[in-house]
Amino acid sequence: MTARIGVVTFPGTLDDRDALRAARIAGAEPVSLWHRDKDLHQVDAVVLAGGFSYGDYLRAGAISRFSPVMETIIEQARSGLPVLGICNGFQVLTEAHLLPGAMLRNDHLHFVCRDQKLRVENATTAWTADYEAGQEISVPLKNMDGRYVADERVLDELEAEGRVAFRYLGGNPNGSLRDIAGITNAAGNVVGLMPHPEHAVEPLVGTGRTDGLGFFTSILKKLVSA
Amino acid sequence: MTLDTVKHAGGTPDVEQPWAELGLKQDEYARIREILGRRPTGAELAMYSVMWSEHCSYKSSKVHLKQFSEKKPESDAMLVGIGENAGVVDVGQGYAVTFKVESHNHPSYIEPYQGAATGIGGIVRDILAMGARPVAVVDPLRFGAADHPDTKRVLPGVVAGIGGYGNCLGLPNIGGEVVFDSCYQGNPLVNAGCIGVMKHEDLHLAKASGPGNKVILYGARTGGDGIGGVSVLASETFDAAGKPTKRPAVQVGDPFQEKLLIECTLEIFREKLVAGIQDLGGAGLSCATSELASAGSGGMRVELDTVPLRDATLSPEEILMSESQERMCAVVEPDKVERFLAICEKWDVIATVIGEVTDGERLEIYWHGEQIVDVPPRSVAHEGPTYHRPYARPEWQDALQADDAGTLPRPGTGAELKDQVLKLVAHPNQASKAWITDQYDRFVQGNTVLAQPEDAGMIRIDEETNLGVAMATDGNGRYAKLDPYTGAQLALAEAYRNVAASGARPLAISDCLNFGSPEDPAVMWQFAEVTRGLADGCLELGTPVTGGNVSLYNQTGEVAIHPTPVVAVLGVIDDVTRRTPIAFAEEGQLLYLLGDTREEFGGSAWSEVVHGHLGGLPPRVDLAREKLLGEILISASRDGMIDAAHDLSDGGLVQAVVESCLRGGTGARLVVPDGLDAFTFLFSESAGRAVVAVPRSEELRFTDMCGARGLPATRIGVVDGTELDVQGEFGVSLDELRTAHEATVPALLA
Repeated sequence: MTARIGVVTFPGTLDDRDALRAARIAGAEPVSLWHRDKDLHQVDAVVLAGGFSYGDYLRAGAISRFSPVMETIIEQARSGLPVLGICNGFQVLTEAHLLPGAMLRNDHLHFVCRDQKLRVENATTAWTADYEAGQEISVPLKNMDGRYVADERVLDELEAEGRVAFRYLGGNPNGSLRDIAGITNAAGNVVGLMPHPEHAVEPLVGTGRTDGLGFFTSILKKLVSA
Repeated sequence: MTLDTVKHAGGTPDVEQPWAELGLKQDEYARIREILGRRPTGAELAMYSVMWSEHCSYKSSKVHLKQFSEKKPESDAMLVGIGENAGVVDVGQGYAVTFKVESHNHPSYIEPYQGAATGIGGIVRDILAMGARPVAVVDPLRFGAADHPDTKRVLPGVVAGIGGYGNCLGLPNIGGEVVFDSCYQGNPLVNAGCIGVMKHEDLHLAKASGPGNKVILYGARTGGDGIGGVSVLASETFDAAGKPTKRPAVQVGDPFQEKLLIECTLEIFREKLVAGIQDLGGAGLSCATSELASAGSGGMRVELDTVPLRDATLSPEEILMSESQERMCAVVEPDKVERFLAICEKWDVIATVIGEVTDGERLEIYWHGEQIVDVPPRSVAHEGPTYHRPYARPEWQDALQADDAGTLPRPGTGAELKDQVLKLVAHPNQASKAWITDQYDRFVQGNTVLAQPEDAGMIRIDEETNLGVAMATDGNGRYAKLDPYTGAQLALAEAYRNVAASGARPLAISDCLNFGSPEDPAVMWQFAEVTRGLADGCLELGTPVTGGNVSLYNQTGEVAIHPTPVVAVLGVIDDVTRRTPIAFAEEGQLLYLLGDTREEFGGSAWSEVVHGHLGGLPPRVDLAREKLLGEILISASRDGMIDAAHDLSDGGLVQAVVESCLRGGTGARLVVPDGLDAFTFLFSESAGRAVVAVPRSEELRFTDMCGARGLPATRIGVVDGTELDVQGEFGVSLDELRTAHEATVPALLA
């Protein structure tokens, strides 16, 4: 028995096929979800993949958050559906208020594509249980609007509750406050990050590392043992 | 203003028409009148002016380009050759690959961001129109001097445009080049290449056959941007002040719309809904309708007032000439129209039936019921003027070649050698371009096996079998200036070698030929020599030219750019897990230099960096040797005999070794081989060479293979330590090399 992991395609989503592949490599059953369809087709978890949904017009993630599929995802995420937002998906999650804060343009104003070192700060979420707290991993980072910001109170709260899930190591690539690369909600089912674990699941392609596979095996183990 | 209908034109033969402002010559205008038997309508004049432009009609270049077909090598791989949107080659396992390189030079100088962005957009649609999913892009770029203030205006805009558009399409950028030379100051070269993959049965061609079939325009609305881009902009020399006068001639891109167009079109292909398809690029609807009709049975009727507009005030002439981006034109059988429109609706893509294929032989266009165009489509699309432009070897060529780089003062001590090595690897042309390429997404789609700064970009195209394709683009304007014929062959040889060094087998090429004004006989001679060199070279290497692009008028006032043929070689690799990277990654690997090293410094990076010199003759070309070297590199990759390989080109051996060391994070100890002096060993740019890292366990097998097949292989050192040490000459730490190599470009541009 395995779990069904859904990956949403919005107009302008780019990394949907990569996320589907990562789910398959981890041993899950990948399921494509379409932005106009409210039905989640009995998936056990959802990935919001990277890209430029709706061209990032208005603000990254601002339009997708109102799509029919998001209505169902927002509702079910609040009652425990595991959701992982990668890059543009993370931006959608903040716009949907499933995660606090927002993403601004990188402080150097350039798109940046590189192999990025991260520290896993919270290894208890639905998407990080296969890592150890404090473990250092490398996964590709590629974005234009990746600078995580929130007000001091929210940042303090995230820190105090252990909800900073990932931090940048070896140089902050975009000016994110407190080097934050990704965060989780209080329940640990909704996780968002700017770097791309789905691009680091095969030794043959990308950076040649498989450090990102743990996201997908974490959720699979949790769902299968539940 | 009254509408200039066909009827009206017939009755008013003496009306003054703005043919000169539209870029037509007097005899061309006269020929249009002769073809039609009357004066053209305004709409017809607009169509002829853009389609007969240098950019669309190749009127100055086609007499020379013919050689690519006449000297075409026998190749089982060619499925579609020159003349379609892009060439197609068979890569086995039922897959076909289509690829092409194009220029977007003039727009990118005027408006760097949009010029470069729409260059990517255009080449991607060409690939899409063949029925293929675009899988990667590459960008060969050339700018003026790295420290010139205008380079700081143009380069960041071009790079941001390529990134802004390509990244948003989800296409990995896997290769290309960045070259600086003051000859490109007023004429930067922004070339863009794209690779697409399809199954053989998915191949689509641009033709409109079957009377009654519907003509559907889909994608973005038509706006007032890019009007006359090909005729006025791409086919004229900038005036001496470098001031373009036609800002709106540059198109404005919307990559989000293009991404939807890609996905929508691929779904339409999957359901086999189109009989013919064409993208709208240069010359817009004029090109798409006339080419589709011309390649099909000939007749087409279009209701131009049904075209969705961004600006309702556009005239019919402007609609026909507009180069608004992100549009495609399809020919669809009537019973498939409903499904076609439904798929467009699914992707939020606007689609409109604008006409149909007729059983006549005329392209007829109507505006609110009145006929404004009635032409034989071939006369617009395929029977444009042909010029036999005069050409002559420039009188300065002899003096340039006589100015031998071999006589330049050479470094005399180890310390001088070290100093010049550091200068070389830090020069903008040899320095790391990561600041630029890190602005491009190279990981998206999850199939990138190799990307810059590797010798070739490589993409996996089948996850089950690991079939892959590789591409490298190369071109050295300095070599081509010294000797255009040899320069073209060196560009071809280098790209071929780069693909082979990655482990892939070169199959075919595309080229982007960038030159000055064809009205200058010296430039035309360069063009004639380059095309002859390339055609002869392709014949000898067995790699046919599948298509490409010519960009002329890259000149400001009297000064033309260096002749710059950029060659893209496409290769196939049966199993991408066997690919060879450039990195020296493990201590103890043995370094072998393959090929012959001669005292060849004409046009070299050393002569430029140390002496600011350009003269003499470029390195000699031996294509039989290139072929043999390629076979050895491919066999050694496949059979696991080498761990790394790097081609030797500009900067010579030392540049290649430094790059491989930095990539792998290891040092190397080199020994100057017998018969060579240290300077020639390190800096010569003799062609037909590569450096490889051989595991000790494979040394005998590898050297036996080279010996048996007659390829010189000289052991020159070992991967070791944390510095580059040239025995008896100098040592330099990796840290110092890294700083020199990586600091230059950010310091100039960040």
